[in-house]
Parts: sequence; C-alpha cells; structure tokens
Amino acid sequence: MSASSSLHLHVPEPSARPGQTTDFSYLKLSPAGAVAKPPLDVTAAQTAALADQLVRVLDDDGNAVGPWAEDIDDQLLLDAMHAMLKTRAYDARLVIAQRQKKTSFYIQCLGEEAIAIGQTLALRDGDMHFPTYRQQGILIAKGAPLVEMMCQVLSNAADPLKGRQLPIMYSYKEHGFFTISGNLTTQYIQAVGWAMASAIKGDTKIAAAWVGDGATAEGDFHAALTFAHVYRAPVILNVVNNQWAISTFQAIAGGENTTFAARGVGYGIPSLRVDGNDLLAVYAVSRWAAERARSNLGPTLVEWVTYRAGPHSTSDDPSKYRPADDAQRFPLGDPIERLKQHLVKRGLWSEERHEQTRAGYDAEISRALKEAETHGALGSELRPGPAEMFNDVYKDMPEHLRRQRQQLGA
Amino acid sequence: MSQTELPTGTAPMTMIQSLRSAMDVMLARSDDVVVFGQDVGYFGGVFRCTDGLQAKYGKHRVFDAPISETGIAGAAIGMAAYGLRPVAEIQFADYIYPAYDQIASEAARLRYRSRGMFTAPLVFRTPCGGGIYGGQTHSQSPEAIFAHVCGVRTVMPSNPYDAKGLLISSIENDDPVIFLEPKRLYNGPFDGHHDRPVVSWGKHPGNAVPEGYYSVPLDKAAVAREGSQLTIVTYGTTVWVALAAAEEAGIDAEVIDLRSLWPLDYDTVMDSVKKTRRCIVLHEATRTCGFGAELVALVQEHCFYHLEAPVERVTGWDTPYPHAQEWDYFPGPARVIDAMRRVLED
Ligand SMILES: Cc1ncc(C[n+]2csc(CCOP(=O)(O)OP(=O)(O)O)c2C)c(N)n1
Repeated sequence: MSASSSLHLHVPEPSARPGQTTDFSYLKLSPAGAVAKPPLDVTAAQTAALADQLVRVLDDDGNAVGPWAEDIDDQLLLDAMHAMLKTRAYDARLVIAQRQKKTSFYIQCLGEEAIAIGQTLALRDGDMHFPTYRQQGILIAKGAPLVEMMCQVLSNAADPLKGRQLPIMYSYKEHGFFTISGNLTTQYIQAVGWAMASAIKGDTKIAAAWVGDGATAEGDFHAALTFAHVYRAPVILNVVNNQWAISTFQAIAGGENTTFAARGVGYGIPSLRVDGNDLLAVYAVSRWAAERARSNLGPTLVEWVTYRAGPHSTSDDPSKYRPADDAQRFPLGDPIERLKQHLVKRGLWSEERHEQTRAGYDAEISRALKEAETHGALGSELRPGPAEMFNDVYKDMPEHLRRQRQQLGA
Repeated sequence: MSQTELPTGTAPMTMIQSLRSAMDVMLARSDDVVVFGQDVGYFGGVFRCTDGLQAKYGKHRVFDAPISETGIAGAAIGMAAYGLRPVAEIQFADYIYPAYDQIASEAARLRYRSRGMFTAPLVFRTPCGGGIYGGQTHSQSPEAIFAHVCGVRTVMPSNPYDAKGLLISSIENDDPVIFLEPKRLYNGPFDGHHDRPVVSWGKHPGNAVPEGYYSVPLDKAAVAREGSQLTIVTYGTTVWVALAAAEEAGIDAEVIDLRSLWPLDYDTVMDSVKKTRRCIVLHEATRTCGFGAELVALVQEHCFYHLEAPVERVTGWDTPYPHAQEWDYFPGPARVIDAMRRVLED
C-alpha cells in the first residue's frame, strides 16, 4: 500500500449475519488435554502462551484427559449436573413467566451454566462472588431458596428486596452473592476491594469477580486489574466471553485477533483461557485460581470461552443480528450434554436418569412458581407497600424522607 | 486567646492538623478503619493531611493508591461491603468525576438495593473550593451533584474544631459520606479579602481542638453569628465571607453554617429565617442548579408567609472557575454586602 493512500477506519464485523453461517475459526481452540498446568506460583509472563490457548479437559468422546484432569469427587460432578439442570429449568420457566406478563423482564444463562456452577463448587462458604446478571447458577448451586428468588423476579409481596430492584438483580449475602447492579462492571473493582479487605484483616476468604466480554471495555475493568495486581488481591477475575454483548460481537469489545486472557498478562496477572462449556475444566481451573489466591499468590484472570445461546434478555431478538443456528454450530457444544456424556461414561449417569432428573426439576420449578405466585406477581394487588420505597435509603430515615412518605400517605 | 489559655486536653490545630487528628483517633479506635488514596501513604498527602499516619499504623492501614478515582471508590465500596470503614481520599474534588458512577450508582444505593444486606460505611474526603488561584481544576465546588444523589451524605466543615468532629462522625456513620474540605481554610480562615495578609489558624481564637475523641453531630447546622436583620445560609469558606460582610456593613445578620449539606438541619435554617424574615443563600459553586437553588426552594416552601423580601443567591458565576479572574469570580464580601442591602431595602 502506498504511503499516500487515504486512511480507513476499521469497524469489526462478525463473520456472519442472519441467513449466513458463522466461521468459528476465529476461536483459537486447543485439543482437550493439550494445555499445560503451570505451578501455582507461575508468573504472568509464563502464562502468556496459555492465554492464547484453551484449557480443556473433556474430549469429543467425553473422556477427561490431560494435566487439568483431576481426581474430582463423583458426588461433586453429580451436584454440578443437578445444579445445571435445575438452572436451565428455572430459566426456561421464568422466560415463559415473562411472556405471560407475570414479570417485566428476565435474563437466562442458557449455554453458560457450567461456568458459574463449576466455580461455585470450587470455592468455599464465606467467599464472595461479585456476579453479573448472568450467574444465577451460583445461587442455585448454593441452594438459595427458589421460591424466594422467584418472588424477587415477580416483585411481589414476598420479594426479599421489597420490589425495589429490577427482576434478576438478586442479593444474597448468606450465599456469597453480592447485590447485583444494573451498571456494568462496577462490581469488578468492588470485588478487588473486598479481597483487599480480606487480606488487610488477615482473613482466609477470597473474592470472585465476574464480567462479560462486552463489559470488559468499561474503565472499571482496567481499574480492577490494576488494583488486583498492585495489591496482589486474593481474587479470581472471571471474564465470561459468550461472544456477544446484546447485538455486539466480541470483536467490537476489543476481542479481534487477541484474547481477553491476554489482557490479564499485560497487567502482570497470571491468566488462562478456558473452555467454559467443560465443567471439569471450569472446576479444575477455578480450584487452581482459588488456591493461588488463598496462598497469597494474588489474582488470576480467567477468560471462559462460551456462547450466549439464548437472547440477551426477554427484551432482545437475536435473529435480527446473528444466524439462528449459531448456538448449535458453536464448536464447544452444550455444557450439560458434554457433562452428561462424561458422567455416563464414568457409569455415574444414564439417559433415563437424565430425563428423570430434568423432568423432576421442571415439576419442582413449576410448583415453586405456583407458590411464589400466591404472593402476587407484577402489577397485582399483592406487592410491597409504598412505604417500603422510603426505607434503607439511609440507615435511619432522614427528615425529608419522613416528610415525603407522609405526603404520599404511605 | 494565647496558647497557654487553651482549655486542657486541647491543642492549637490548623484544619489540616485537625483532620489528621480525626483519622489518627479513628485509626487507633478501630482496626476496621483504613485510609488510602493518591500520595496519602509514605508521603502523607499533598496537603499533609495524612502525614505520619502510615508510619504509626502500618501499610495495611494507611496506603498509597494508583491514580484511578473509580478504582479508589470501587475498592473502598468493596472494602466497606466486607466490613471495613474506609476513609478514601480524592486528591481534589475536581477529580472526583471519574468516581461518580461508583458513588452515585453504587455506594449510594448499596443499602437500598440490597435491603440493608450490604452497606457502604465509608468516607470520601476531598479538598474543594477556590480562592487559591487553582484555576479550573483545583477550585471546584461540586457539592450539588452529590446533594442530588439519594443515599449519600454531603458534609463540609468551616473550621478546625468542626472538621475533626464532623470527620469522626462521618467515619462512624453507617451511610456513605462525601466529606468536602475547603482547602482555602486548611491553614487559616479566609473572608474573601485576598488583598489582606493571610491569617493562620495559629493566631485565630477558634483553633483549640481537643486532642482525643469527640464528635460533632451530622445533620446539625451551627449558628456562626446570631443576628436579627436577615439570615445568611452558607457553608465552607463563605461562612467567613458572610461574617466579614456583616461586620463591615454593620448589618446584624444571622449566619448559619450548614456543616451537613444534605441531609440538612431544617429547624435551624427555618427558625432563623422565620425570625429574621429575610434570607440570602451564599456559596462558591456555580449558580444554576447549585445547592443554593434547593435552599431557596426550601426556604420559600417553609417560610413563605414570613418572608419580607425575595430570597437572594450570592454564588460563583455560571462559568468554569477562571484563573486570572479569580477575584471577579469568588463571591467576596462586597457582593454579599450588596445583596444584604438589596434584601433589606425590600
Ligand atoms: C454502564 C452500562 N452501560 C450499558 C448498559 C446496558 N447493557 C446491559 S447488558 C449490556 C451488554 C453486556 O454484554 P456482556 O458484558 O458481553 O455480558 P453478557 O450480557 O453477554 O452476559 C449492555 C450494553 C449497562 N447495563 N450498564
């Protein structure tokens, strides 16, 4: 090209739009078992190559292979399967509830169940997750009360957050689930601060920070990585790369010809890129990162490669911006199907048991929703009273809020 | 009052020393208190407000932070959610905007959105205000953008005694507090007479500060000067401007130092205006949608039938804070005296 040719703005595009076929070769995939497992005290620079590969344990036949294939307790894998099936059933039912106008809004995590659930099972009680709206699997894996979670979604009289929050913005301190905010990435640096506090107090608890690929572009992502590195904070910095931020392909977030794991290396944080649909890889890497954190070796960044199989939210129609068959063609498959294959191979599971369990959760979730609805649904008479609107703005209600509550007659 | 006459247990302190003393007292009282920000650790702060604290309490309690206001604010929120009581410094109030999302969307709403499950008992200390040839980015008074955020408290002291007592109250308070420190008052009171020699707190009668623990309540205004002819509602540096203007004009003004901007002390303000029947609102910040607008609205709502004249506002102009024109911008005694005369004529 001649030096005098005019400049040209590069605007990244996904390889396919509706009616076309995505070329997934942009995902740099490594074969299962091919990526090394570094020592806990690995340096960031030593992980540079790993940040460009993909840690995978389950091969195409459902065998656990390679250095990340660990001795995982059978029961833990079964727990993971149960939590994944339960989460999928929960999502499916609440999407319908939104269509039935029982709630204004819902966000499912279809196809991403393994990540939140695998990590939750690798952490301990007392550790704190700083989730986005797409890690409901944490709560389900922790056994949070389903009816109560649904009451939040329905904003009804039994909503634990008293109708103040948009559906799915849960808050559960006892389950290590930090209050969700609508403002993307704000929780990422808060997780680092929480981890710093744990270190300041000489505690043993660690934090898990969560962000999507799109939201890594926020300034708070940069702040979080900087602080985590500077203070060697005991935190796992999770980036869930599901390829999409609403309608925006991950290339627009800065993913073209690089990885999100590579960002971590640049900040001096050991970083891995992992198959997010491989429960065994999720568990093994999460356990490794947690151990690093607990050993005062500092933060780990993990890019989980997955696919947002469903619409962004119930307000979204992905057929307007991406091929309809994308999720089926995604090379890392479906996390539930892959774990099922592995468990069957290990003799821990069967098609019948799978079907039975799935149907059991469908029924349990339906029953739970019925029970939740006895406390009301969006727009019904049964809802948190208006006086609740004025509580908890401050610890004690100031005079101006007492006056306003009185004006409302509440 | 000379030094030897100071009440026992007190010492003469500048506002810088009294703020440092507040942090010292609170760091000693509770292991949960941590102090951090840009240059606050080893160096002791660009205004020396944290001088010596790292040496005394260690790097786990008092430490330097990267130059990232959103990072400082976000990390402080996470620490507070864990159970600490962070006192974070933003080097200049002019640089608090990168932290605004964390303050307005997060710190302010943690308690509300989690129904009290997670809270943010933290303080953001930040030097504010002009009068020091700070130009556009070392002079601003951004209090109105915080007073507008439900869930935070906004506080501004005007003297060393209040500075220490209010900072201790702010650290102890379970709500997030934006603690604005008028840097023009750090070393001495300032009444707007920039052409006169600088007075230091050392020579000022109001410099006796208890060395140990005490507090000044939040949501409680102070009557800086009792008077009968009109009320001046103000805070920070302009408290001193109002006092000087009243003396120079020979007008018996009552000067209210709000101390806590929001939530505020209704009774002290309204009782005064009902008594004097005339009111001026005075602040350095720009006028339009400034905190003064809220004060004027409240006074007319609550005191309409007592007022003998329109409520006046004396404020900074609706321009960025200029450098060379500092004294044309700063609302000094002459402008306050003009306003008092207008209000009394009505
Ligand atoms: C600060 C901010 N900007 C914009 C939005 C609107 N918004 C909500 S979700 C979303 C996409 C986020 O995508 P990503 O981070 O990839 O996560 P995913 O939804 O794919 O899980 C956007 C733009 C927001 N909530 N907060």
